[in-house]
Amino acid sequence: MRNDIFSVLRRSPFFASKARCAAVQMIAVLACLMAFVTVAPNMAQAFSDEELRNIAEQLNDKSATTKVAVIEQMAADGDPRVAPILKAMLDGDLYVRDSDEHVVIATKKGKVYTHIDIVSGEESGESSSKELSKIKVNNRLRGALRDALATLNLFSPDLAVRTAAVEQIMDARDPAMLPLLLRAIDREEDETLLARMQLAEATMALAAGETTDERLAAILVLASETTPQIRAVLSQFVASAEAEGYQPEVVEAAKDALESVERRLSTWQTVGDVYRGISLGSVLLLAAVGLAITFGVMGVINMAHGEMIMIGAYTTFVVQQALAPFLPSGSAWSLAISVPAAFLVAGAVGVVIERCVIRFLYGRPLETLLATWGVSLVLQQAIRSIFGATNQQVTAPDFMSGAIEFSTGLVLTYNRLWIILFSVIVVAGIAAVLRYTAFGLQMRAVTQNRRMAGSVGIRTGYVDALTFGLGSGIAGIAGVALSQISNVSPNLGQTYIIDSFMVVVFGGVGNLWGTVLGAFSLGIVNKFLEPVAGAVLAKIFVLIALILFIQKRPKGLFALKGRAVEA
Amino acid sequence: MTDYRQKYKMTPVVGWLLQDRGGMILLAILIAAAILVPMGNLLVPEGSAFHVPTWMLSLLGKYLCYALLALSVDLIWGFCGILSLGHGAFFALGGYSMGMYLMRQIGDRGVYGDPILPDFMVFLNWKELPWYWYGFDMFWFAIVMAMFVPGLLAFVFGFLAFRSRVTGVYLSIITQAMTYALLLAFFRNDMGFGGNNGLTDFKDLLGFSLQSDGTRAGLFVASCVFLGACYIVARGITQSRLGKVLIAIRDAESRVRFTGYRVEYYKLFVFTVSAVMAGIAGALYVPQVGIINPGEFAPALSIEIVIWVAVGGRGTLYGAVLGAFIVNYAKTFFTGVMPDFWLFFLGGLFIAVTLFLPKGVIGAVPAFGAADRQSLLTTWRKRRANEGGKA
Repeated sequence: MRNDIFSVLRRSPFFASKARCAAVQMIAVLACLMAFVTVAPNMAQAFSDEELRNIAEQLNDKSATTKVAVIEQMAADGDPRVAPILKAMLDGDLYVRDSDEHVVIATKKGKVYTHIDIVSGEESGESSSKELSKIKVNNRLRGALRDALATLNLFSPDLAVRTAAVEQIMDARDPAMLPLLLRAIDREEDETLLARMQLAEATMALAAGETTDERLAAILVLASETTPQIRAVLSQFVASAEAEGYQPEVVEAAKDALESVERRLSTWQTVGDVYRGISLGSVLLLAAVGLAITFGVMGVINMAHGEMIMIGAYTTFVVQQALAPFLPSGSAWSLAISVPAAFLVAGAVGVVIERCVIRFLYGRPLETLLATWGVSLVLQQAIRSIFGATNQQVTAPDFMSGAIEFSTGLVLTYNRLWIILFSVIVVAGIAAVLRYTAFGLQMRAVTQNRRMAGSVGIRTGYVDALTFGLGSGIAGIAGVALSQISNVSPNLGQTYIIDSFMVVVFGGVGNLWGTVLGAFSLGIVNKFLEPVAGAVLAKIFVLIALILFIQKRPKGLFALKGRAVEA
Repeated sequence: MTDYRQKYKMTPVVGWLLQDRGGMILLAILIAAAILVPMGNLLVPEGSAFHVPTWMLSLLGKYLCYALLALSVDLIWGFCGILSLGHGAFFALGGYSMGMYLMRQIGDRGVYGDPILPDFMVFLNWKELPWYWYGFDMFWFAIVMAMFVPGLLAFVFGFLAFRSRVTGVYLSIITQAMTYALLLAFFRNDMGFGGNNGLTDFKDLLGFSLQSDGTRAGLFVASCVFLGACYIVARGITQSRLGKVLIAIRDAESRVRFTGYRVEYYKLFVFTVSAVMAGIAGALYVPQVGIINPGEFAPALSIEIVIWVAVGGRGTLYGAVLGAFIVNYAKTFFTGVMPDFWLFFLGGLFIAVTLFLPKGVIGAVPAFGAADRQSLLTTWRKRRANEGGKA
């Protein structure tokens, strides 16, 4: 796995064209290399053709110990032709041909086996199974083969294979690998991989190094890295220092290095927690922001809010299904169309609910709560009857899949990043509507003084319906985003309703910024507690903390100031 | 109407009971049921038209527990305006207390045959009983806990909430948060309450097998008795001076506070009493259904309880009992005959009752005050007319 930021960036869609250029270049280079290999075979190939054939025949020896020795000998020289042979042996595809006693790789095609010559790598006839005898492998040999293959991969012409091999060696930290690794370092041309190899060398040199200077140099290299792996290497070294009797200055240096690595790692851990918290917060924000309008601005307890989110998610599903014949899979267009569609569908459902149920219940919050709960049950069952109770699959577009990975263990997935961005856009949009449009002005007027607003000619009933529609429509938009990260099922809304209410109540009713702050602080607190207490306990703690918080500030973080007293 | 209070000066309880027509009918039905239903089950031979099958006995017993739960919600919602959306939590805590006793009674008859540890603890490789399981091998202790634990939770929760004047919708939301937090907690295996599966496979209660008809009949009678007793207690509270203050709080909390009453203490008292009743309901429920699991903490279930009360008629007590029977019978009926339709029905019930039957079924019966009934729709029309056509 390649972890450095540059190679990651190159993999990202932004750099796709660049990566393609790089690939073309690489193929060109490889072609040159191959030409080089054929012209001057002895430069890269450690065995002559005859040697290779002879040594391979020893693989058919009766004793497993001899076989292991042969495997190690074959691998030791880094001949590129050895890897396919050992791979075939591991897979049980290596045979001895009875006719000429040559070792061949044979693959079954129908009833006949196609032979591939191990020296030339070309097809060399075919036969039935009777003319071949298999080279037997047992578990001990399989282990040896795997190790050998790992070292051989260090010399593979493919950069990705080499990188994987280096990572494997880093994990195994077998000092016996050191000489091979050193040889690979001599040959390596890719700079990022070279740095990685030197790091791997340092991890081994730390334990296997002979002089104090070698060890100190290794520690210096290790201290410059910030990965959990290096922390493990160093702490293992420090822990075994006493038993192994290392030099005191080495142990001291290792301790310092460990401390600095740990310090940097914990900073990264915090960064990761904050990121995950913001990510969760943005989900909560999306789920709650529609509620901030219906509950916060209108004072309507809409228990069917979660179902509006669900309707938005199902709209995404339906749009995707409907457009599937016309768009290539992974296209962003269906998602782009889903956003306005979900807004309209959920908004329309919201307007209908407001006109048919809620408008009779203004000023009776508890009755509204019960009636909208009823609405939510009906909507859930309706969706279940239409689409079935099972989860529906919404495929994510290409630009949302993938992730940025840092070597420090931090992974930023694109879908989460997009959702954070999306939630910010949605909130900014709502703030703009409330602040700058005529509808927003009317809405605020009706909220502040319904009768006065009516007297100056605002159709209050009309504004109520549209406000509720706006809140529901935004819940629908949230559903589009949530369909990307959670299951689209009839129960989708239920999972978010309590959290949404918590966010709005915590942030303070009637205040959009309170909702934003409430969502992000709940998200971050949750994610900071999670590593300590576990996911479920963290959630319980947050709920209890909220219950206690409401005692202290019954109207939330940002309460509207006023002298109104209810009941 | 005769003023029974004058007539029965010595016994005020009988006095107000006689005035309470609905309550008299309810108590009469309960007494009749407590005698006739077990007789029909145990004495009348099978095949007879009057035979009550055991499943029906259990089903009715279950409804009685629900009725008691609805009664407890009506006591606070109907008479004090506290809409608790977390009453299922008190019910479930009472249920768990009884469940723990029944678990301990299994003894070494469990699958793993451990004389002390319940099966799920053996399965989770626990070595000894957690401290909070001590004492639950004694029946009286379990019964006390079934009332004490919900009561304590309600007391602490109510103390905090009412003291800082969390009212109305906010209170509803945080009660919901409370039961949701408990739901999550009880789902955890580490809690030592059986996690996802809850407590089940009960064998016997006080030495009587839970499978036998006699025990089931006994539990049914117990449910009737407790429902009747709790009804009398609840009616007593609402009829007392304290009850008048509660109703005043429901209608104008601030005014009561300004008149000099410590509103929070009144609310705290009635909330705690109500939670204890819910706990008793849970303790009676568990042996009759044979299982208790964290699902009982689900917020959705707690909201459902409120609709039982609303359907029957809020603020009447006997209405809550009636509502619990109506809605739960409908649930049994629909989930059996057409399961897909049940949520449509329940959802529609929520909407229809709040819009058209604000006083519930009881309110629609003329003898029980239908004369002054005013549906929300008419109130709304009046308001609209007052505002000169602008709403």
